This record gives sequence, structure tokens and C-alpha cells, in this order.
Amino acid sequence: MHTRTAGASLFTDLEPLLEQVSKPIQYVGGELNSTVKDWDCGGDVTVRWALMYPDAYEVGVPNQGSMILYEVLNERPDVLAERTYAVWPDMEALMRSQGVPQFTVDAHRAVGDFDVLGISFSTELGYTNLLTALDLAGIPLHARDRVDGDTIVIAGGHAAFNPETIADFVDAAIIGDGEEAVLMVSDLIAAWKREGMPGGRHELLLRLAKTGGVYVPAFYEVTYLPDGRIQRIAPTEHGVPWRVSKHTVMDLDEWPYPKQPLVPLAESVHERMSVEIFRGCTRGCRFCQAGMITRPVRERSITGIGEMVEKGLAATGFEEVGLLSLSSADHTEIADITKGLADRYEGTNTGLSLPSTRVDAFNIDLANELTRNGRRSGLTFAPEGGSERIRKVINKMVTEDDLIKTVSAAYGAGWRNVKLYFMCGLPTETDEDVLQIAELAKRVIETGRQVSGRKDIRCTVSIGGFVPKPHTPFQWVGQLSADETDARLEKLRDAIRSDRRLGSSIGFRYHDGKPGIVEGLLSRGDRRVGAVIEQVWRDGGRFDGWSEHFSYDGWMAAAEKAFAASPWPIDVDWYTTREREESEVLPWDVVDSGLDKEWLWQDWLDALDETEVDDCRWTPCFDCGVCPQMNTEIEIGPTGKVLLPLTVLGAGKAGMAEQAHTHA
Amino acid sequence: MARRTPEGPPPPPAVQKLRLRYAKRGRLRFSSTRDFSRALERALRRAGVPMAFSAGFHPHPKISYANAAPTGTASEAEYFEISVTERVDPEALRVALDAALPPDLDVLEVVEAGPGSLAERLEGSVWHLEMRGVTLETLTYAVERFLATELAEVTRTFKTGPKTFDVRSAVVSMVATESDDPSCAILQMVVRHTTPSVRPDDILTALRAVTELSPPVPPLVTRLAQGPLLTATAGVADPLAADKEAVGS
Ligand code: B12
Ligand code: SF4
Repeated sequence: MHTRTAGASLFTDLEPLLEQVSKPIQYVGGELNSTVKDWDCGGDVTVRWALMYPDAYEVGVPNQGSMILYEVLNERPDVLAERTYAVWPDMEALMRSQGVPQFTVDAHRAVGDFDVLGISFSTELGYTNLLTALDLAGIPLHARDRVDGDTIVIAGGHAAFNPETIADFVDAAIIGDGEEAVLMVSDLIAAWKREGMPGGRHELLLRLAKTGGVYVPAFYEVTYLPDGRIQRIAPTEHGVPWRVSKHTVMDLDEWPYPKQPLVPLAESVHERMSVEIFRGCTRGCRFCQAGMITRPVRERSITGIGEMVEKGLAATGFEEVGLLSLSSADHTEIADITKGLADRYEGTNTGLSLPSTRVDAFNIDLANELTRNGRRSGLTFAPEGGSERIRKVINKMVTEDDLIKTVSAAYGAGWRNVKLYFMCGLPTETDEDVLQIAELAKRVIETGRQVSGRKDIRCTVSIGGFVPKPHTPFQWVGQLSADETDARLEKLRDAIRSDRRLGSSIGFRYHDGKPGIVEGLLSRGDRRVGAVIEQVWRDGGRFDGWSEHFSYDGWMAAAEKAFAASPWPIDVDWYTTREREESEVLPWDVVDSGLDKEWLWQDWLDALDETEVDDCRWTPCFDCGVCPQMNTEIEIGPTGKVLLPLTVLGAGKAGMAEQAHTHA
Repeated sequence: MARRTPEGPPPPPAVQKLRLRYAKRGRLRFSSTRDFSRALERALRRAGVPMAFSAGFHPHPKISYANAAPTGTASEAEYFEISVTERVDPEALRVALDAALPPDLDVLEVVEAGPGSLAERLEGSVWHLEMRGVTLETLTYAVERFLATELAEVTRTFKTGPKTFDVRSAVVSMVATESDDPSCAILQMVVRHTTPSVRPDDILTALRAVTELSPPVPPLVTRLAQGPLLTATAGVADPLAADKEAVGS
């Protein structure tokens, strides 16, 4: 292979490959609002980030977190950030045969030329794709084999809240909100470069670790008990903290990113612009990791949202705006926001969407508002649990009567299809809890037929296996095995089908239990699981989030091999279906999410008692620990402001209008 | 309950139709027709073009595409038509839309549509192929052999299955010339639009069949022009000429 200058474009090498792969557009970059900066934009102390979303371009490009960091970093004059995604196997094969390394899509630079590879792990199923990228980039797979000059590999995103599973492969993990953290890391790297890079990468990692907000697995030693449980995770270097804190961005109005959302040419999974209307959620659903780890709730103001929508639409031309958050209908001023936006954009063919999953009548009003003049096809609700009992266990406070009331309002307002999301394998669940879903769905159809007076209304039941996640009250529970999950799902399907009169109006979609077991292994794994990931990858495992690529048998075989070589009696069941005790040291105990472990345990006991917990936005603080520990507080409205009408789209029209004298 | 129909007045009617030529250059030659239409719809909105929309719950902007070049080929002559609800100055529209599209998707000409169908005027294309790693001598030989055949059948897989068709009859002219780079010869040809359409790669397949010509790297293919076939000069005319005349008169 010939040598090339750092930061040089690989496009000439890549171009012939593009002729031979599927969907070449995903590798060429040049999206509207993408950025290419000079390799030396900051002189000798330029800090260069390659940001990776470890899935296919079509999934990665609309990812909100990566888009935010890309823009935040590129706004800094002395920092440059480019994007890279997982390449499909056809491209990987060609790159290997032609010696083309992992590249960024922006300027087609080699990922190995960058100072930092920042990977956004929304899901654990991206881990094998990380290994492909490292290998293609020429970065040693194991952090311990990397030397001065090798790219620093930093993981972020929700999955990084348990960084231990990927401890072998990453140099560092940053927990929580990334906006301020990536700037802090950039400053630190620039300072280290300015000083002449004293102490090489070891010193740099040490400086990062000492901030208290960057986890460097190499600086921690894990010792185990003979039965395989962790005895202790302890720092090995002076000044490295016992626990690493998550980052929390306060005042979202100060961080109106992305200001210039990317507009890909290629089709993506999310064909709209997104504006995050708040971060965090304190509804307290006990299965929901996203809700637990993003506390407290921080709202963007109604005016801040209006401005982001306005600027974003002008910068992109998207025809739809999604108002995103973990539970969008909970914004204190959501009614004014949706009404204000619907008024502003009336007649401009701009759609608004609100991924709302809460089950109440208020949501129907919102949905009606959003579709004022549009088609009412499907509305989605997530009761998550089939029986009232199990909904108390998971703290999803909705009664069956509420649900039926909401649903009849929906059918009454002209909606044709109601989708209901559920989970199978929740703690304490029995067959009866799941079979209750069939009864519920039948009641939904009966009610729907009554209020709409039509026979053609439908309801779709969507169900998947529950995976216990770190930093939740369910972090100790035993996961339901794949076989038991599948058996329960089968019973449910039969129960739905058994009713000839109603069953035909009920769609049934399910995910079998197998992928959940692998996700469970990776979610609650420790460093010893790294060997399994590597084995799977060496056996050809890629794109585990895609059912056509995922191989359960491959994972099980690899796990057997990897664990057989370990001195402990551990296996996949040990990590997944085994229930933990309160005293067990959990791999993610090194990460301080703010949640008090005792509070989590208490919440678990409350779950067993079927005791519900309120939302701290509307009731007094229930001491989950986050606010005092992270020095944060709830930031919510109402501000009492409203959105004033705007001359929005079509402002360019004036300059285009035909002048009376043009053809004189 | 009665079926809902969209509330409010019907969409404003179209008052003007425009025909546009654009180029697909550089790395954006890898964009597909669908990629382009997505980018275009967003650019039209960003530029504030007063687009006419179809009626119904899912209003679509009125755009019609004509004979797009395949993914992977560059083009200097792609065409589409749009309808607007307020009269616009074509040149001002061209500038605004060009600015709103990503670089390498360049709007080159906009004219007000005259009578007649644009699609029907697109009878043939001029293709320019940079045959990298092929000498002029090799290419010239291949061209001679190809032109000497009466029938050159190729098989391509369509959605409906494999289909075999003749490409020779679609080729109006074909010449090999040299480029500045001695290791790269130029193949230029005029190809009649037929059904199924004969694409440059079909012709390359045929060339390979007659002479075993196989370029070490795929050639860079560019459509230079498309329009009414000029049999006398073996070229194509400007398909917008009639529109320009109609406006000028
Ligand atoms: C809320 C949510 C949604 C919402 C909003 C989506 C959105 N764009 O934010 C809705 C309901 C619309 C949605 C839709 C979909 N989603 Co979704 N969604 C989520 C969820 C739960 C949270 C995302 C979120 O809060 N984003 C807000 C941003 C600001 O936060 P963030 O991405 O975490 O990034 C911050 C930090 O984590 C950190 N950070 C992130 N990366 C890095 C990297 C470094 C180096 C550092 C230092 C920091 C850092 O900094 C960022 C800024 O503070 C995630 C699960 C998860 N664990 O992330 C799934 C998730 C991303 N969604 C997923 C999917 C599949 C979808 C859909 C495709 C579903 C579908 N079939 O339609 C669509 C497509 C939408 C899309 N691609 O954006 C998958 C993605 C799977 C994959 N292969 O990657 C996930 C992972 C869920 C899952 N496990 O299946 N989703
Ligand atoms: S500490 Fe109190 S106020 Fe803050 S998130 Fe936890 S329960 Fe809510």
C-alpha cells in the first residue's frame, strides 16, 4: 500500500468501488449542511474528530445525537469533525481487497488519521460494527495494543452507560449529554498538543480520566469472586475517580442544535427534521433506561422551539417536523406549541409529528390538531403491559378503562388503525398477564366498531421481549429466556386468532425472544463479554440490529467458546436469566448516573409490591438522587408565551416573481 | 361517520409551467433518480418556489421527470418540468433553485414551457465515456467491430426478469477519440431512446462481447445532451429550442 499524507482524500481510490456497490450515494457525502474543513484549520493544535454512528448510513445519518455533536464541534474554528458509518458487507469486501481504509463521508479522509474516533452507541447491537470499523481503519482492536499516534477511541450514547462490555475496545467512554463534554475533551487535547504531547497517549488518557467525567477502562482493575461475580472495580492510577459522572446539559435554549440539520440525498429511516422539545423523562417507567439515565427533565421553551423549527425548515426544506423527546405530550406547553406551529405553517404543506406514546384523551386532541388537514391513518399507544397488575409493576399508570376511553375517542375522530405496543417477559409476568393483551385488543375492536359504526377499523398489537437494562430498577432481574418468551408469544397469538369475529381485525406483530437475549448479554455484560463480541465478529458477525444479518446461533456458539476459556462458571444464562442480589457489584457501578442505587432497589421492591411512583414534575421530589448528585434541577415551563404568526416559507418567492417589464 | 375530506379550499391552480435542465456532476453522479427527486422537492421548498400541488390528503408538488440518467452516470442534460401557482421569472428561479440544491446538482437552464410535450422531444442522447486504462487503438478496433455488426444482443435483468434485446440498432453513431491522457481513450456515441432503453453499460457489454474489450476500471460516463435526433449530423438538437422560440415570439 502506498503512503499518503494525513488527511488526504481517498476519493480516487474509492470511486471505482462505488461503481460496484449497492446504494453508492451513502458513501459520497456532500449532504446539504454538511461541513468540510481544512485539515489544519486550527494549525498545530487542530483537534480532529471522526464521529461514527455504528450502523448503516440510512439509520445513522438522521441520528439526533451525532448530528448535534458534529455541528457543535465544527462550530469551533480549531476543531474539525467528520462523519463515518458502518459500511455494508459488499463495500467492506471491496475495501479489504483494494486496501481502502475506513473513511469519513465528508472529505473521504482515513479514520485512522483523526485524533479521536467518537462512536455513538444508542444500542448495544452496534458493537460488532465498531470492530469492523476499527479493523478497516487500521486501529488496533484492543485498546491495550494501541500506541502513541493511534486514534483515541471514545464511546458515547445511551449504551455507554455500561461501558464495561466494550472495555477491551475503547480507550474511553463519556457518559450522558455530549455537547459540553466533547468541547471539554477538545480543549484538553489542544492543550496537550500545545505542550508538545507530553507523556503520549497515556498522559492524555490520564488527564481525561482525572476530569472525573471520562471513563478510561484501562485505569481500572476488575477482580472477581470464584463464582464469577465481580468483587471490586478499582482505579489503578492516582487521581482517577472511583466513579465517573454523567454529563448533563442545562438550559436547552442555550444549545439549539442541530441548527442546520443534515439533508441527505439518500433515503433514510427518518425523513423529517427533528426538534428536541425536552430532554429527560420522570414518568418513572421502571423498564425504561432512557428515562432513568436522562433525568431531570429539561424543557426547551416554546419560543426556543418555534425558532428552531423556523430556522431548521429554512435551512433544510424538509416537509415534516418531528417534535421529539421521550414523551412529547408531556411538555408543559405542548398544546400551545402544536397549535402555534400548526397555525404558522397552515397552507404550506408542512407536516408536524409528535411521537406520542402516552395513552390519554389529551393526546387524541393533539393528534387531531396535528392532522387538521391530513390523513388519519394510524395512531400509536404504548400500554407496554397487558394487565392492570403488570402495568403497576412497571409503573405505567394507565387503567384499562382509560385506554378504552382514549381509543374510542381516536376511532370517533376518524382514525382507522390504532397500534398498541407491549412487552413480554416483564418481571413477575405470567401467561395470564400476556393473554390479557388479547382481551384488551378485542375490547378495542368492539369499542371501535361501535363508535365509528364501521367494520373496517383495525388494531395492531406489536410486542417484543423485555431486556433488563443497567441503571433501572429492573437491573437486578432475571431476563425471560428466549424459549419461554416465544412460548408466551405463541399463546398470545393463538388467543387473538381464536376469536373469529374480532381476531381478523387485529394485526399481530412480534419480535421473537432470541435477539433480546443477545441484547441482554451485551447490556448487562462486563469486560469478559468482550471476548464473545470479538469471537462473533471474527466469525463474520455484522449488523446485529438487522434480522437478515443477525445470527443467534453464531452468538451462542461464540459465547460458549469464549466463556469456556474463562476460569469462572459463567455463560449466557449467567448474564441474562440470572437474578442478581442487592449486594452484587454491578459492572456499571463505576458509572454514576446520579440515580441512588438504594433508591433503585427500593423502586424494585415497590415494583414487586405493585406500588406506583408519581412524576416528580408534578409531585414533590421522591429522592431518586439525580438532582443533588449531579447538581441539576428540573427545568420546565410554562413560560406563558405563545408563537406569533410568521411569514415563514416562501419568503424567497418575492425575488422570483415575474417583473412586469422583464420581457418589454 | 362520513369519510373525512380535506377541509378548506382546493389548492390554488397552476398558472405557469417551466422546463428545467440540470447537471449531475462529480460525486453526485452516484445519486439515483429517487435521491434527486427528494433533494429537489426540499430545494424547491427552501428556495420558496410557489409550487402547485395536487389535491387530496397527500398533496404532491407538480413535478414531472423525463428520462433520467442511471445511477453512477454523470449528466449535463437532465430535464424535468414543474408547475407554479404564481408567475415567476425563469432566470430568477434558476438562480434560487441552483443555490438551494447541493453543489454538483446544478440547474443550468429554465424556460417557460411552450406547446408540445418535452418527453417526446427527447429522442436520443449523446454519451461521453472516459475509458480509463484503454488505449485509443484498442477502442478504435472495438468500435469498428461493433459498427460492422448488424445485431448486438445483450441480456439485462429487469424487475420482471431477464430480457434480451438488440443494442446495435439504437446506436446512431459511435467514435473513438484520444484524450489528454494516453492511457484513457474517449468513446462518444449518439444513442436513440428505445424501449427497453439502451444504456451505456449495455453497449459496453456488447463491445465486450464483440471484441473482449474490458476496461480495468469502470469508465466515467457522462450524458452530454439529449433531444430531437439530428440524423444528418448524427447529433441531437436542443429540446428546449421550441419553448424558447414560443416565448421569444
Ligand atoms: C427517543 C427515540 C426516538 C424518538 C426520537 C428520535 C430521535 N431522533 O431522537 C422517535 C420515536 C421519533 C424515534 C424513532 C425512531 N427510532 Co428511536 N430512539 C429513541 C431513543 C429512545 C432516544 C434517542 C434520543 O433521546 N435522542 C436524543 C439525542 C440528543 O440524544 P443521544 O442520541 O443519546 O445523544 C446525546 C448523548 O447520548 C451524547 N452522545 C451520543 N453519541 C455520542 C458520542 C460521543 C463520542 C460522545 C462523547 C457523546 C455522545 O451526546 C448527545 C447529545 O447530548 C433511542 C434509544 C437510545 N438509547 O438512544 C432510540 C433509537 C435510537 N431508535 C431506534 C430506531 C430503530 C428508531 C426508528 C428507526 C424506529 C422505526 N422503525 O421507525 C425511528 C427512526 C428515527 C431516527 N433514526 O432518528 C434505534 C436505533 C437502532 C440502531 N440500529 O441504531 C434506537 C437505538 C432504539 C433501539 N434500541 O432500537 N426514536
Ligand atoms: S432528584 Fe427528585 S426532582 Fe430530581 S429527577 Fe430525581 S425525583 Fe425528580
